[in-house]
Amino acid sequence: MEEVTLTPKGEIDIMVEAEVITPDTFATKSANEIENLVVWQGSHELPLSGFFDVKGKGGSSAGETSIIIEGDVTRVKRIGEGMTGGSIIIKGSTGMHTGSGMNGGEILVKGNADAWAGMEMKGGLLHITGDAGDHAGCAYRGSWHGMTGGKILIDGSAQSQVGGGMSGGVIEVAGSVQNFCGIRQNGGLIIVNGDAVRGVGAEMNGGTIVVAGSIMNFLPGFEYADTEIDLTFDDIVCQGEFMKFTGDYALVGRNKGALYTSKNANEDL
Amino acid sequence: MAGNKTIAIKNGYVFDPLNEIDGEIMDIFVKDGKVVHELSDADRKNGKVIDAKGMTVMPGGVDSHSHIAGAKVNGGRMMRPEDSYKWTRKKTSLTHSGTGYTVPSVYLEGYQYSQMGYTTVFEAAVPPLEARHTHEEMRSIPMIDTGGYLVLGNNWFLMRYLREGEIERAANYVAWMMRTHKTYGIKCVNPAGVENWGWAENIGALDEANIHFGVTPREMIHGLCEINELLGLPMSMHLHCNNLGQPGCFEITKDSLEIPSHIKTKQNLDVEWAETKVDSKRKQSVYLTHAQFNSFGGTSWGDFESGTKAIIDHVNQTDYIVMDSGCVPFGEATVMTGDGPAIHNLYKLTGNKWSNTDVEMECGSGILPFTYLKSNPIHSVQWAMGLELLLLVKDVWKSIMTTDHPNGGTFLKYPNVIAWLMSQEAREATFNECHQWARDRSDLGAVDREMSLYDIAVLTRANPARTVGISHRKGSLGIGADGDVTIYNMDPTNLDTRDYENLVRNFSQAEYTIKDGGIVSRQGEIVAIPQKRTFYADVKVQEQGEKDMLADVKEWFKYYTVGFAHYPTPDSYLMNPTPIKINAEG
Repeated sequence: MEEVTLTPKGEIDIMVEAEVITPDTFATKSANEIENLVVWQGSHELPLSGFFDVKGKGGSSAGETSIIIEGDVTRVKRIGEGMTGGSIIIKGSTGMHTGSGMNGGEILVKGNADAWAGMEMKGGLLHITGDAGDHAGCAYRGSWHGMTGGKILIDGSAQSQVGGGMSGGVIEVAGSVQNFCGIRQNGGLIIVNGDAVRGVGAEMNGGTIVVAGSIMNFLPGFEYADTEIDLTFDDIVCQGEFMKFTGDYALVGRNKGALYTSKNANEDL
Repeated sequence: MAGNKTIAIKNGYVFDPLNEIDGEIMDIFVKDGKVVHELSDADRKNGKVIDAKGMTVMPGGVDSHSHIAGAKVNGGRMMRPEDSYKWTRKKTSLTHSGTGYTVPSVYLEGYQYSQMGYTTVFEAAVPPLEARHTHEEMRSIPMIDTGGYLVLGNNWFLMRYLREGEIERAANYVAWMMRTHKTYGIKCVNPAGVENWGWAENIGALDEANIHFGVTPREMIHGLCEINELLGLPMSMHLHCNNLGQPGCFEITKDSLEIPSHIKTKQNLDVEWAETKVDSKRKQSVYLTHAQFNSFGGTSWGDFESGTKAIIDHVNQTDYIVMDSGCVPFGEATVMTGDGPAIHNLYKLTGNKWSNTDVEMECGSGILPFTYLKSNPIHSVQWAMGLELLLLVKDVWKSIMTTDHPNGGTFLKYPNVIAWLMSQEAREATFNECHQWARDRSDLGAVDREMSLYDIAVLTRANPARTVGISHRKGSLGIGADGDVTIYNMDPTNLDTRDYENLVRNFSQAEYTIKDGGIVSRQGEIVAIPQKRTFYADVKVQEQGEKDMLADVKEWFKYYTVGFAHYPTPDSYLMNPTPIKINAEG
């Protein structure tokens, strides 16, 4: 396993599109070749070395390459996009589209991730130790097909539209979420350990959502099925007493979604 | 701009069906943008020379039915950001950037058509009120000459005139509309039915009268075909039948095709004709579009099957019909048509996002994203049907290859369709990948015909040009024709059709695309942006008749939300407006 260290060179004003920062692109490249990889900043194409000091070299393949980013990259977008193996460790917060469309390998963000983290993800692991922005694991604008596989772990909270259009894989949020978590979900599993505001599971027709806390505005398109204690999904256990609903019946004839929420935290349901 | 319009293309294998040239080794000369016999020594010195030894030379491609500009294409772009962000192209010092796969931006459309060797493309449906918008987009599509067909099958004025039997007034109206909106021919979509869609209804039979106007699809089809030949328009009436996309719709299609059987073809062009060996005047009195969508068999999705046989037999037995195929090459599509109820049916079937529009007093439309899957039994039969319609019509001059872009699939899949037509091996490979219904519920499995490069040149050049009446300058390499030439890097004497991937590769990327004598695209790279033209039918009718008609039109214009003075599309909306003169005075 070879290691490449990227050290940010100070403040970035216009955001940088850095989809080249993946183990796949870095593999087999020297520090010099990596420095000369091209990124877009606004309408300009610039070398990666304009924004980072590069040390180390890529391994023989993506799987043999590990990337360490030493600091905050909230003005850098698309890190790890489409990666198929290896690892990226970001020692700080990261910008939009981190790990979007990733297919394998691991990304660890030791901080927050901006919007679209793990967008349309296919495989691998994306672990965010802080908070995530909007659209984590979601389909992109206009598309109804979101995450299909892999796992997103968010140790903090997430904003709106977590797992929109999701059809496979797992998203676990330790904290709370905002609006429309699991909108148009048709497969896969979303677990929110905190609370949700409104629109949970809107237009969902498959898959499972668990909100272990309260749902402030519960959608009218769901029907109560029964009450279950201690849910188990493979190796994941959600302890407590849960009410199970099916829906969303707002979509006629398409209502195979399951929505679980805490019985104690939702007394008015 | 391409400065030099003089070129010599030497030693290539030439396929020019309108001149019955089938792979002869010949030199082609273009001077000042037009095909000529030969070049003088001075011309040779100044012009370019291409050695096309071992390569295939054809006239520039002509697409007679594609949705490339206007309100519904743009509606598709707006409702499909997901179509854009995964398909992007960088700008170069010469070209603009662009995005979009099934509904590309205007620049991309021009570049991509040109890279495949196309030089002329017709927009398939222009609602009169959207003509300005359509022209604004068409003028920005680079590389290709364009024109658009005016949607008239549910027009309030025409429904009234035709119900009352006022064929002359209707003809005067059509002539005026073509000039007013700078459009090229008559398009008829779900005749009399789209009007009913305004009341959440449709029409299911040819003799069913529609709401308020009391006019039937039969009257509209007959009336528009008659008007078309009365005026002598370049193209025959362009028909999208009723019940499109519904199981069993082949029956109404077959009956609809019989309506114009006795109408005599008359093309009244006042133009200079390029020299051709074969008569390049159109033969047909009706041009059926996307026949595949009009040929569904069965009675439900459960017993769905190909219904193409009845249509193909009818076309084989007669000589007044040309049809384009509307092939389904699998993959992403965006369905868009003036047939609002047909798209609503698809919405109910798929639950996909859906858009619907009423164009006041004129027509309507619908848009919906669609994916054709090899695993889907219906889609697999549709794939087979599109190919049946091309392979089982005996006379290749009765058919045209399209995908009804972007309804059956994008025009970028034309090379795949060509490969299926030329290679049984390619068809077998797809049969093995797609649903068994393709084999079980169509006749395609038993077809062993493999089309030649000559056939392909008919389907993609000569016949679309002749059918829409632009063959006086397009679709051939006859003397006087526009100097539009495509060179594919394929040696026809040494072509292994079993290697169908090679066919796809070659037809995707012309070695050279030459427009008006200038090289505009080379091995997939745009090297020059030529001048483009917009064709429209400029029909001259008797003054008094036009006056009387206009008096009536102005009276009824109060029902429009636009004023009469704002209705026409001015010349300034067109890039290089090129009227096709038609004399219908006599």
